[in-house]
Amino acid sequence: MSVHVELVSPEQMLYSGDAEMIVARTTEGDIAFLPGHAPFLGSLGIGVVRIILDGDNEEVAAIHGGFVEVRGGNVIVLTDVAEMSGDIDVERATAARERAQQAMDSEPTAEVEAALARATTRLVAAGAADEASLS
Amino acid sequence: MAGAQERILRRRIKSVESAKKITRAMELIAASRIVKAQARVQAAVPYSDEITKVVRNLAAASTGLENDYLTARSEITRVAHVAIAGDRGLAGAYNANVIRATEGAIREHREQGRDYALFPVGRKAEGYFRFREFSIGEAFGGFTDKPSYENAREISAAINTAFLEGDIDQVDLIYTRFVTAGFQEVVLRPLIPLEAEVVAGEDEIITADERHAVAGYEFEPTPDAILERLLPRYLEARVYAALLNAAASEHAARQTAMKAATDNAEELKTTLSRQMNRARQDAITTEIMEIVGGAEALRSGAVATETEPALVDAGEAGYILGSDGT
Repeated sequence: MSVHVELVSPEQMLYSGDAEMIVARTTEGDIAFLPGHAPFLGSLGIGVVRIILDGDNEEVAAIHGGFVEVRGGNVIVLTDVAEMSGDIDVERATAARERAQQAMDSEPTAEVEAALARATTRLVAAGAADEASLS
Repeated sequence: MAGAQERILRRRIKSVESAKKITRAMELIAASRIVKAQARVQAAVPYSDEITKVVRNLAAASTGLENDYLTARSEITRVAHVAIAGDRGLAGAYNANVIRATEGAIREHREQGRDYALFPVGRKAEGYFRFREFSIGEAFGGFTDKPSYENAREISAAINTAFLEGDIDQVDLIYTRFVTAGFQEVVLRPLIPLEAEVVAGEDEIITADERHAVAGYEFEPTPDAILERLLPRYLEARVYAALLNAAASEHAARQTAMKAATDNAEELKTTLSRQMNRARQDAITTEIMEIVGGAEALRSGAVATETEPALVDAGEAGYILGSDGT
């Protein structure tokens, strides 16, 4: 049994296919969707969405805010800005994270915090940072 | 001298030719951009479809929900118009059509005693309304041929702020809808408030089944909290779709206009070439006539001097007339 998943950003459809399980992080906490999940509507924060295709393969995307809807056996992730793991520039994200970290140390604002979260999410999605670094 | 006219015509032909080259190039560029712009319109469809469905389901699920965006304000004193035109001209009536529709809408609201607010998008629209001293809320421009989602975000943020502050009570979008490369139409679509029919689209009505399905939803966090976050996104998506449609329409309008200009230039060139050839032929004929005339005059002059020197003038005139006839 599999569940159909669509990852959509305003500018394009990023991913569409069948998966075994989808793991996302809502504003309340992590949630996993398996085939036959009840209708669900949640609001996503900045975080990583994992689309587990089968035991070993998965697609990972960095999501910067959005929504997830489960309707009629389909999981639809609507996101403002998202990047598939393959499209992430690790070097740039690392640099952005360092910059954000420095700014955070000297002058922490909500904006800087969001930038830091975004950069970290990118690195986690790209597999260049540990999931634990996402707080 | 007759050669002067020929020279003037030659110069005009050259200038028409170079204008034609420019319009031809613009036509080709616009044609290639239509395809890309159309692809962008298509690429944005899944998101806007999905977010519309989510908003609709959510609005249906929480009927008791009091939301500023969903219900019209009891008294509408000021209506905002977001007029989406282009940054550049040379696109036929593209900009003029949007501007005219906007002016018409403003006039209508004024007749009903409502004030207007104006958010022009595209430098052409901004320039027009500024020159005529309309009161402009905020103007946007510089991106109409290739709008990004970021642009839509800026525009909808400005509208949102004005709306939430109570400065405006209703928002209408005026833009050119792209139908085909040969046909675009100016449309006025209400953006805020999102009335039930607007949310549902034009031909979709929520069925009892769907309403039932909606009832079974789990929400995280609460429906209200989600709706609060969702509606601004929905507005952005609507503005973005309008911007993309307008961009595709602009390219299509420019292509049509530039094709007409190229065809006209071609026609003008043909006409001018004919005129120039005739002028040249005239000049040559006149020149031959002059040479012939001159030669004859010399000959008759020589004959006249030999016989009757006193009657040179009369003799010459008579000789030429006589020689013409023979």
